[in-house]
Amino acid sequence: MNSLILREATRLLVALMLLFSIFMLLRGHNEPGGGFIGGLIAAIAFALYALATDAQAVRKALRADPRVIAAVGLGLAIGSGFLALLEPAPFLTGQWTTVGDFKAGTPLPFDIGVYLVVVGAVLTIVLGIKEQQADVEDDPVEPEDRR
Amino acid sequence: MEPIVAVLVGVLMAASVYLMLSRNLVRFVFGLVLISNAANLLIFAGGGLTRAAPPLIASGADLPASGVANALPQALILTAIVISFGLLAFALVLAFRAYQELETVDTDAMRVAEPREDAAELEETPRSGDRTV
Amino acid sequence: MAAASKADAPVPLFSRLIVLLPATLFVWFLTFLPEVSGGAVLTWKVSWIPQLGIDLSFMVDGLSLLFALLITGIGSFILLYASDYMRGYPQVGRFTLFLVSFMLAMLGLVLSDNLIALFVFWELTTITSFLLIGYTHEDAAARRSALQGLFVTGAGGLAMLAGFILLGQAAGTYSLSEILANPDALRGHADYLPILILVLCGAFTKSAQFPFHFWLPNAMAAPTPVSAYLHSATMVKAGVFLLARFTPVLGDTEVWMATLTIFGAVTTVYASIIALTRTDLKQVLAYTTVMALGACVMFLGAPTRAEGGDPSIGLIAAVTFIFVHALYKAALFMVAGNIDHEAGTRELSRLGGLRRAMPWTFAAAALAGLSMAGLPPFVGFIGKELLYKGALAWPAEPYIAVAAIVAAKVMMVTVALLVAVLPFFGAQRDLPKRPHEAPITMWIGPIVLGVIALFGGLLPDLTAETLLLPAAAAVMGYQPDYEVKLWHGVNIPLILSGITVATGALIYAKRATLLAALSRGVAALPLTGDRAYDKVMVWLAEFAAWQTRWLQGGVQRRYILVVFMTLGAALAVTILVRDALVWPLPQVSANFVEWGVAALIVAATISTLLADSRLLAICSLGVVGAGVALIFLLFGAPDVAMTQLLVETLVVVIVAIVLLKLPDFRGEKRPTSAGRVRDALVAGVVGVCTTLIVLSVTAQPPQRAITDYFEENSVPGGFGRNIVNVILVDFRALDTLGEVAVVAVAGVAAYALIMLRPRRRSGKRGEETGT
Repeated sequence: MNSLILREATRLLVALMLLFSIFMLLRGHNEPGGGFIGGLIAAIAFALYALATDAQAVRKALRADPRVIAAVGLGLAIGSGFLALLEPAPFLTGQWTTVGDFKAGTPLPFDIGVYLVVVGAVLTIVLGIKEQQADVEDDPVEPEDRR
Repeated sequence: MEPIVAVLVGVLMAASVYLMLSRNLVRFVFGLVLISNAANLLIFAGGGLTRAAPPLIASGADLPASGVANALPQALILTAIVISFGLLAFALVLAFRAYQELETVDTDAMRVAEPREDAAELEETPRSGDRTV
Repeated sequence: MAAASKADAPVPLFSRLIVLLPATLFVWFLTFLPEVSGGAVLTWKVSWIPQLGIDLSFMVDGLSLLFALLITGIGSFILLYASDYMRGYPQVGRFTLFLVSFMLAMLGLVLSDNLIALFVFWELTTITSFLLIGYTHEDAAARRSALQGLFVTGAGGLAMLAGFILLGQAAGTYSLSEILANPDALRGHADYLPILILVLCGAFTKSAQFPFHFWLPNAMAAPTPVSAYLHSATMVKAGVFLLARFTPVLGDTEVWMATLTIFGAVTTVYASIIALTRTDLKQVLAYTTVMALGACVMFLGAPTRAEGGDPSIGLIAAVTFIFVHALYKAALFMVAGNIDHEAGTRELSRLGGLRRAMPWTFAAAALAGLSMAGLPPFVGFIGKELLYKGALAWPAEPYIAVAAIVAAKVMMVTVALLVAVLPFFGAQRDLPKRPHEAPITMWIGPIVLGVIALFGGLLPDLTAETLLLPAAAAVMGYQPDYEVKLWHGVNIPLILSGITVATGALIYAKRATLLAALSRGVAALPLTGDRAYDKVMVWLAEFAAWQTRWLQGGVQRRYILVVFMTLGAALAVTILVRDALVWPLPQVSANFVEWGVAALIVAATISTLLADSRLLAICSLGVVGAGVALIFLLFGAPDVAMTQLLVETLVVVIVAIVLLKLPDFRGEKRPTSAGRVRDALVAGVVGVCTTLIVLSVTAQPPQRAITDYFEENSVPGGFGRNIVNVILVDFRALDTLGEVAVVAVAGVAAYALIMLRPRRRSGKRGEETGT
């Protein structure tokens, strides 16, 4: 797909979708939404971007390898569970503290971890497929043969 | 509505089993999509169906209004959907890579790991899959 | 065994330092002695799975302390011994790790206060034993022996787990100390017999009782420190320990006494005969170990109170003999290892005259041998006298016990002579190596164990009061009022002792003639456990090959067919057995929109089935997904509906990229028409059965107990108003963690699959480039 209008429109759309995904993530504890939904929206945004441009542009926009994003998410989710051991309570027991009027607790970093895993895992697959496709199409001769 | 969903689950299951049994990998993947839909609907129906009252608690309240939908199956299905997507993506990539390697989507011809030992196969097999890779 | 170059290899520092671990533990356990011998039971507990009553809890009473001291004390000497014995072996670090792991697992086993934790430690000892027997894994015999030990004791362990679960259910608790505190609850329970049989399966396999004894002599394939530690002094005693532990709650019944007496007696007699026919020093010792274990089991079958309410001498004898046997057997194995190591052979026919070359080893062998033969003033004498007394006091038919124990004791005298006299006296024969004394690390252990056996006998009060009677108290369930003495005056046990020593010496002298006769007899045995094991293994492999060919012939459709035929059958059977057919069909209450969505899904499904182009099929799938999302939305699941729609979008993206690269349906191979009819039949059965099950499930009101809990605690406990999200990130966060881990793995796995380069032309290219 190589369309100038699509490319430019996607830029705007992607930004809006990312914002929306974070909105969905953060409101998830009280209204419909959450890490899974937010993560999926963000993943779709980047996937759309990959369709409009190419995988390389998405990698540049992401700045981090999607696998790393998934790993960081998983680490965040696990890490948030370890806080409970300080109390001590069973692993992953929600720990809460009140900051002014606002309740802050470990479920939020956990949900952010879920968000990151979903984004990272989905984009790992999407970008991987996309790059391999591009490889096969543009360059039927494989790299080893070019020596 | 429950009996209707029960029939829907049955239809989806039957269709997916039939697709999975066809020799074509592509149809197999379609069957995979259908069976996860069937499973999700099954869990959903198992928790009881309640019209139009999501399991949300009004701001300031401690309890949801009585008669809201069952939250438990919803939580189960939500993660199941994402996981079945992961499974589907993996299956798709696997099918695609298998096609690249073996140049066929006919599962009866995919005999690399376990080459034919005898003629006692299900049905006629058009070509031998005994190629080594 | 060890070549000259190997013997020069330096001893790694860690294999010396590690000795400090068991030594420290030993001293630490010694500090418990005063308190525990006063009758105290120390406990220590961490909750593990409180909902199931599974805790990581430990209990120190007389019995477990006796075992803990044996494990750490002998363990210290074994590790010291191994540091030199294993010099030059490959991967000594691995060996040391296994040995120390075993030691800790064994400690956990004897100190555990929870049945499930005990089982876990029990299996850990099985696994470490497997690793240690198979340590020389280049050797096929060692591999076979390792697997054999694993299968036999592992199978018994599983039976024991079943028994523990029944026992826990019957007693209402998995805590050993609580079960022991209520000793009479189980004997009358309806499940007593199944519990007993299952627990005995575990104990008998682990402690090598006939007919499961065969794995133990085979386990001698392990390096000698392992044989000395696991397969004589500690691990094989685990079964005996288990029986001793449960004597207060399971013992004292007819079936308990009869079973233990018969199995113990048969094992004792059988093993003592076989021991005579062996010519390998380690094999001889292995069979006497089986014999000793049989004697322990037999004596644990004694009633907990003698007639007239006196303390049971049988049980005191059993506990004493566990202690005595551990001391001399570990020492004798180390002696055998020294002979093997320094003279190059363990064949009795080739050994002799080593007295001068190996004076310290000889001294150790003499001390341990005297204790084994049961001569005064060694603790072995006390043990033997107690055994005779116990056997004479047997409530019914004492002659079985007396005959068995006399046979065993005669054999112990003979074997003591075989190990402590034969290799050291007489003319020195032609040996593979020039014999010389082993390093101090290898003889200090057996010497010290022998000296302890000596002092244990000289100071019977001390040994009995601090160590043996508290342990016996734990087995009997009350404090015995009994005085252990070295000298009881001339009585029947003493006369029996004299007879046994004389007979044992006679057999030793006439060994050659006896051996020939016995060997013929043993060879004529129709079926030994070892051969039966081989038959079972062959049968198992044939069965596995047959069922693999049948179920997993390599055709994907057959795998799927088997799976769904099984599912269909399971569902149908469930419907029939549980009488789950809903009839007449319930009233359908659905509005126009709901009917419409359902019709849409059915239509799209049929369209997917019949589609002859990929694009149509993909679109139909999208409609099915959207329809399902609509159902979620209509019935109060906005989160799920949103997720479903988003995933549908992603599916379309991925499918659009991938699937269109695959060939379309033109010219595709389909099953034959008969095959398609069969497929449709299986699909139909599965579909109809699923529908019937869902109908039956939805006909009952859903169980909302868990949902109610979530609803009540979502705001007060989880501070969230979206209950679904609170379940995901708080109540059931561990499940969610597992699920996102699966998603991450799926992503990485798919990526790895993509990154594998296509090798379509790899063969050709390989030839050209020579890679």
